[in-house]
Amino acid sequence: MGKKAINPIKNGTVIDHIPAGKGKNVWEMLNLPSSEEKMFLGKNLSSEKLGKKDMLMFENLELSLKQLNVIALIAFGATISIIKDGEITRKDQVILPELVEKVITCPNPKCITNEEDVATKFEVLENGDVEVKCHYCEKKYLIGEVKIKM
Amino acid sequence: MKNLISMRDLSKEEILYLLKLASQIEKGEVNPDMQRRLAALLFFEPSTRTMFSFDTAMKRMNGNTIVMSGTKDTSAKKGESFADTLQTIAQYTDIIIMRSPIEGAARYASEVVGIPVVNAGDGANQHPTQALLDLYSIQKTQGTLENLKIGIAGDLRFGRTVHSLVQAMSLFGAKFKFFSPTFLSIPKNIKEFLHEKKIRFNEFDEDMDIKILSELDILYVTRIQKERFASPEDYEKVKGSYCLTKEMLSHVKPNLKVLHPLPRVDELSSDVDDTKYAYYFQQAQNGVYMRQAIITILLGGV
Ligand SMILES: [Zn+2]
Repeated sequence: MGKKAINPIKNGTVIDHIPAGKGKNVWEMLNLPSSEEKMFLGKNLSSEKLGKKDMLMFENLELSLKQLNVIALIAFGATISIIKDGEITRKDQVILPELVEKVITCPNPKCITNEEDVATKFEVLENGDVEVKCHYCEKKYLIGEVKIKM
Repeated sequence: MKNLISMRDLSKEEILYLLKLASQIEKGEVNPDMQRRLAALLFFEPSTRTMFSFDTAMKRMNGNTIVMSGTKDTSAKKGESFADTLQTIAQYTDIIIMRSPIEGAARYASEVVGIPVVNAGDGANQHPTQALLDLYSIQKTQGTLENLKIGIAGDLRFGRTVHSLVQAMSLFGAKFKFFSPTFLSIPKNIKEFLHEKKIRFNEFDEDMDIKILSELDILYVTRIQKERFASPEDYEKVKGSYCLTKEMLSHVKPNLKVLHPLPRVDELSSDVDDTKYAYYFQQAQNGVYMRQAIITILLGGV
C-alpha cells in the first residue's frame, strides 16, 4: 500500500488517526487481556489531516466487531490496518454503528436499564459530535457523557 | 400498530387514522365491541384521572379491566422481577396499559410480553395518549391541524406533555409562542428539533401578553409545580405572574380554545370556565374517545 512506514509489528493491527489524547483511552477501553505480545502507543504524532494524532499497534491481535464499534464511538475517524508479514493487507476507516448494545451505561438514574436487569441499547447519531440515544428512556447524550465498558 | 409506546414511533398517517377513528367512535359511526376482552391497568404510580379514563374507555366498549395500583402491594415486594410480573399478567389479559415512574418501562414491557402494551406515562419521558387526545381536541375545535398558531404556557422544561405536543404539532406546520419563567423554558433539544424542522417559534419570559394572545388559535396552559422551585418565595413570585384570567381573553380570536391537561393549580383562573374559550373539561372527555380508538386498533376491533 505505497508508503512503507516503520513497522515494528509483523502481524497484527494498527489503529491510526486516533484524535490526539484519545489513544490511551482507546487502549483502556479495549480492555485486552494481559499479554506477552508487543504493543505500542504513539502520542501526539504529526498528521497532515489532524495536526496531531495518536496511534496504537498490537502484535498478533485481531479486533472483534464489538471492539471496532467501540473504537468508532470514542475515536471517530480512526483507521484500522491489518498487518500480515509486515505488509498492510487492509486499511479501513472505522464506521459508526447504528445501534450499540450492552456496552454503554445509561446516565439517566430513572431509566429502566438502571432499575431492572435490562441490556442497554443505544441509537448512534452523528451530527458533528457523536451522540447516542437510549432506546428505553429516549434521552440523548454526547458520547463523552456516557460510560462505556466492554 | 402493535403497541403504543412513544409519539416518536407514530407516522403522520397513523396519527391521522387514530384521530379519524376517535371521531367515528364519538359520533357512533363505529361501535367497537370488546366483550370478553380484558385490559390490565398497571399503575405503578398513582394517576387516578388517567386510570379512570382508560377504565371508562374499556367499559364503554363492553370490555373489562383488572387494576393494579401503587407499587408496595405488588410482587415487587416479594422480589419477583418486573419481567416475571408482566409475563404472568399477560397470561390473563389481552392488553396491558401501564404507567410507571421508570423511564422506558413501557418499552421494555412491550419487548417482554406477547400482547399489546400502551404507555400511560413513563416518568419524564412519554405520555402518548395525552398527546393524541390533545391533537384530537385541537382538530375537533379548529377543524384542522394544519398551520395553526399555538401558545403554550407554564412549565415547558419538565412537562413531557408539552414536549410530545410540540413534536406532534410540528408535523402539521404549527407556529409556536412559548410563555414560561426563564428557568422553566423549553429545553435546548426541543428548540434544536424545531430549528431542524424549520418551525417558527418565539419565547416570552413574562406573563401572557394580550396582543400575542390575540393571534392564537390554541392556548395550552400547563401547571407549574411548586416542587420545581428552589424556594417557596421563588414559587410565589412566579405563581402570580402566570395566571390566565378571563380579562386577558378580551381580544382573542373567536376560534381560540384554551386547553389544559388538568389538574390545574393557580395558572388557570376559574373565571375562564364560563367563557366560550374554555375547553379543558371537554378535552378530558375527548381522552376517552381517543383511548377507545387506541385500544380498538391494538386489539383489532375494526
Ligand atoms: Zn436510558
